[in-house]
Amino acid sequence: MKGISRRRFLAASLAGGAATTLSVTKEAWGASSFDGYPDGMGVLVDLTRCVGCRSCEAACNKEQNLAAPAEPFDDMSIYDKRFHGQKRRTDENSYTVVNRYEKDGAKPVYRKIQCNHCNEPACLTSCFTSAYKKTKEGAVTYNSKVCVGCRNCMVACPFAIPAYSYSSAFNPEIKKCVFCHETRLKNGQPPACVDACPQEVMTFGRRRDLIKIANDRIRTRPGRYVDHIYGEHEVGGTAWLYLSDRPFEEVGFDTTLSKEPIISNVKGFLSTVPMVLAIWPALFTGFHLLSKKQDHGHGEHAHSAQEEDEK
Amino acid sequence: MHTKRKWLVGAIVLAALWSAPLEEGAAQDFPEFIELDSLSDLYGPVPFDHLMHLDFGSCADCHHHGTGVPVQDANCARCHSNAETVPIISCKECHARDPFSATDIREKEADLHLYHRDKPGLKGAYHLSCLGCHEEMGAPTGCNDCHVRTKAGEAFFRGGPR
Repeated sequence: MKGISRRRFLAASLAGGAATTLSVTKEAWGASSFDGYPDGMGVLVDLTRCVGCRSCEAACNKEQNLAAPAEPFDDMSIYDKRFHGQKRRTDENSYTVVNRYEKDGAKPVYRKIQCNHCNEPACLTSCFTSAYKKTKEGAVTYNSKVCVGCRNCMVACPFAIPAYSYSSAFNPEIKKCVFCHETRLKNGQPPACVDACPQEVMTFGRRRDLIKIANDRIRTRPGRYVDHIYGEHEVGGTAWLYLSDRPFEEVGFDTTLSKEPIISNVKGFLSTVPMVLAIWPALFTGFHLLSKKQDHGHGEHAHSAQEEDEK
Repeated sequence: MHTKRKWLVGAIVLAALWSAPLEEGAAQDFPEFIELDSLSDLYGPVPFDHLMHLDFGSCADCHHHGTGVPVQDANCARCHSNAETVPIISCKECHARDPFSATDIREKEADLHLYHRDKPGLKGAYHLSCLGCHEEMGAPTGCNDCHVRTKAGEAFFRGGPR
């Protein structure tokens, strides 16, 4: 094994260190909050308007060519049922579901759930095959062709939305709301659920305009709404935004989520991984060689010096 | 003679009641019966007894302004005066059938001074207005209380590939 001069080792270490420092700085700068695409579309959901008719569920089923449910969409007994002790969740045949939240002496609140199409989606950042994409129109889409089925996204999603087609033995894939991107959104049309809603619970528009509309509703109708737009800042902001007259935690929203995108929780750690992988082998090889050189004494040193002179 | 006069008075009173304007200043030439059919796909047209609904409220309960009766919402009244009558009075002339179309969104964006930026579409306007009042008044609120489903509607709520 060839020796390494102290000068060369130090130079290489310094260069490596500098490169790492620079790359870390760049990463950190790149990670500063992404506010979403400026013209990205969104949907403002006003929970005070929903009457729980489930037309949105039926429209989604039709648009996405999903299997028929066991009970038809006009069956309202579904609101009383519990699945593993929980209210309904999205699954491979329902990309959106409506749940009812009761409170004594108050009108029941109905809440539709589907993918919230985060500005910085945790599913996307958790996917090592880049199966997810945040489109400039605002949708978080999924490509089953590159998905390897690891289901990291299902764990990463703060809203527990991506579902898996466990029923398919040979070609299982992630199933979730894609904002009707292929069939509607990219042509400038609202998603099917928005079109179907009789009560105009959902307002479709540019996300930045929806925030203004939501604030206007809160301002002009004091007492009607909780003074908060859910999704404006949660997990770095979502394309789907919510207004409610009941405290959000009472109607199934997770109000413990931070304003930071999920990726921020791991970015610091992840940025050290390349540094460890790149620097440590070189560093410790260097230490090893240095210690070996000291063992061998002057002979090795003379050889190195001779080599330097030749250059 | 006495009974004859009684009859006459009765007839006059009846005639007066029959022709009495429903509200002071209200427009007289409104349709008594309307078929709401501009959105029928999943459901057939909805027969709407316009005249009957006047028994339950003022014109201004549904028509925000322009019917000639006092504007009820103080905020609307800041611009739309009570005396104002406008040619555009039906829901569909103001509330868009396709409120979220790309054209609609572009137009809203281009009009920087547009006040009614958050105006519901036609379907939203109907349901928010009708259903809200029906709930308050204890009137029917089920979908099929007003609507009759078409075949397409039946398939829609059944779901599944078609």
